[in-house]
Amino acid sequence: MTALLEVRGLEAAYGASQVLFGVDLSIDSGQVVGLLGRNGMGKTTTIRTILGLLPARGGEIRFCGDRLNGKPPESIARMGVAVVPEGRQIFPNLTVRENLIAFAANRAAVPDPWTLDKVYALFPPLAARERNLGSRLSGGEQQMLAIGRALMTNPQLLILDEATEGLAPLLREEIWRCLSRLKAAGQTILVVDKYVERLIALADAHTILVRGQVAWRGSSEALSADRTLWSRYLGV
Amino acid sequence: MTPTLIVAQILNGVQLGLMLFLLAAGLTLIFGIMDMINLAHGSLYMIGAYLTATVTSATGSFFLGVGAAIIGTALIGMALEMSVLRQLYKRDHLSQVLATFGIILIVNEIVRMIWGAQPVLLNAPEVLSGPVEIVPGFRYPAFRLFLIGVGIAVALLLFFIVNRTRVGMWVRAGASNREMAQAMGVRIKLLFTLIFGLGAALCAVAGALLGPILSVQVGMGESILILAFVVIVIGGIGSIKGALIGALLVGIVDTAGRALLPLILRDLLGRDAATNIGGALASVLIYLLMALVLFWKPEGLFPARS
Repeated sequence: MTALLEVRGLEAAYGASQVLFGVDLSIDSGQVVGLLGRNGMGKTTTIRTILGLLPARGGEIRFCGDRLNGKPPESIARMGVAVVPEGRQIFPNLTVRENLIAFAANRAAVPDPWTLDKVYALFPPLAARERNLGSRLSGGEQQMLAIGRALMTNPQLLILDEATEGLAPLLREEIWRCLSRLKAAGQTILVVDKYVERLIALADAHTILVRGQVAWRGSSEALSADRTLWSRYLGV
Repeated sequence: MTPTLIVAQILNGVQLGLMLFLLAAGLTLIFGIMDMINLAHGSLYMIGAYLTATVTSATGSFFLGVGAAIIGTALIGMALEMSVLRQLYKRDHLSQVLATFGIILIVNEIVRMIWGAQPVLLNAPEVLSGPVEIVPGFRYPAFRLFLIGVGIAVALLLFFIVNRTRVGMWVRAGASNREMAQAMGVRIKLLFTLIFGLGAALCAVAGALLGPILSVQVGMGESILILAFVVIVIGGIGSIKGALIGALLVGIVDTAGRALLPLILRDLLGRDAATNIGGALASVLIYLLMALVLFWKPEGLFPARS
């Protein structure tokens, strides 16, 4: 079977400074893949390029077999890619409810789609704050909202960029629990995160980036067994 | 200075404010979402007024003229967006100002070629030409009341679209974070064209309704455009609510200032000095207002980005 997302030799740059030097990344349907690396190694840039927010200077991105290169971000989103971005970026001038329903869709005609009620059941605090503006939420609530907003598009691929960053430990655990529930429900996920142990427990496979190139890829077992990888590439 | 004079001036101010709102609403959405300074917005207002005048004189019906102008101006606005303005979104503000200033000159010249340099006649419809007695002893022009009514109706419609529909949510989302809205699947190009069409339609309404009061002539868009920019800066760029509050503030301060300031100063300074100083002071009042607002709220009263 072909991979849901297939990235080959991806190159990207901000102006004159090249950030990605041939990144390969592959995610099968139903798989959870971790993207790891120290700060500034190209994780967010890889995600931005997949999303079409940054043009690919080289290489190829395929999603469900279709080439994404050169497509505008809205087309890529409408093909079934949803992001929980770094810094959450919920819309401050929309209410919680509006943040959720504004982009709701089920373009892939998933049999049991995400609805407002299901998102509220997953994150009860959001239901209580339904009519509040996004700007009035706490960091944890914003993170729940960002995840809920992405789920409401019923994406084939969910991308999370530093979803647990800046959250209190209890809230962090809440997010990890939520992600494993999504995985159990068959959601394909690409996760960028700093908490390696949690990521190993959640994901099936991992890719480690160093200075815009893939330094290592392998299974959770392999990453968990080889602690030298952690100190060499991840600084933990 | 009688109470009726004050009430009449406030009504005049509300009426000017609501018409300014029609212009400012489109301008603030275009500026807020597309980060695009569109000086040619005033040209659409002028086109709306000319189309109204032409269709009104051809058919004899003012209301038919307004309807035709709304549709025609919206189409022209969308065509302008798809052909020229779309190329300017990624450019800096200076390029946008230069290019849209160029459009002003071109449109003015085209209008002059079609309709001539003389102002075109546009009268208020017969049914609304007389005054109405609102309370015994207080008469107010029916057409100006009609303007207030239409202004309120359009404002309500706009608020409904922006606050209650999904398109409105996309518009607000785009105004606060365009990239994220795109990443959520909002077809931003289509949305921009629609917003431009809507903005142009609102321009046409304002042009059609102000035409009989002011004058339908080449260059009519430029003077009002300045006021509309003052409005959106006061209100907060990208905010419809801000545009409404800002427009009413500017409308009332400008109208009331021009009418009442000379009268107030007359008691202090004498008739001649009051007329001179009062008039001069009144014309800078809205800029004083803008400076004051920006001093306390540098982002305007209701900033869309926070």
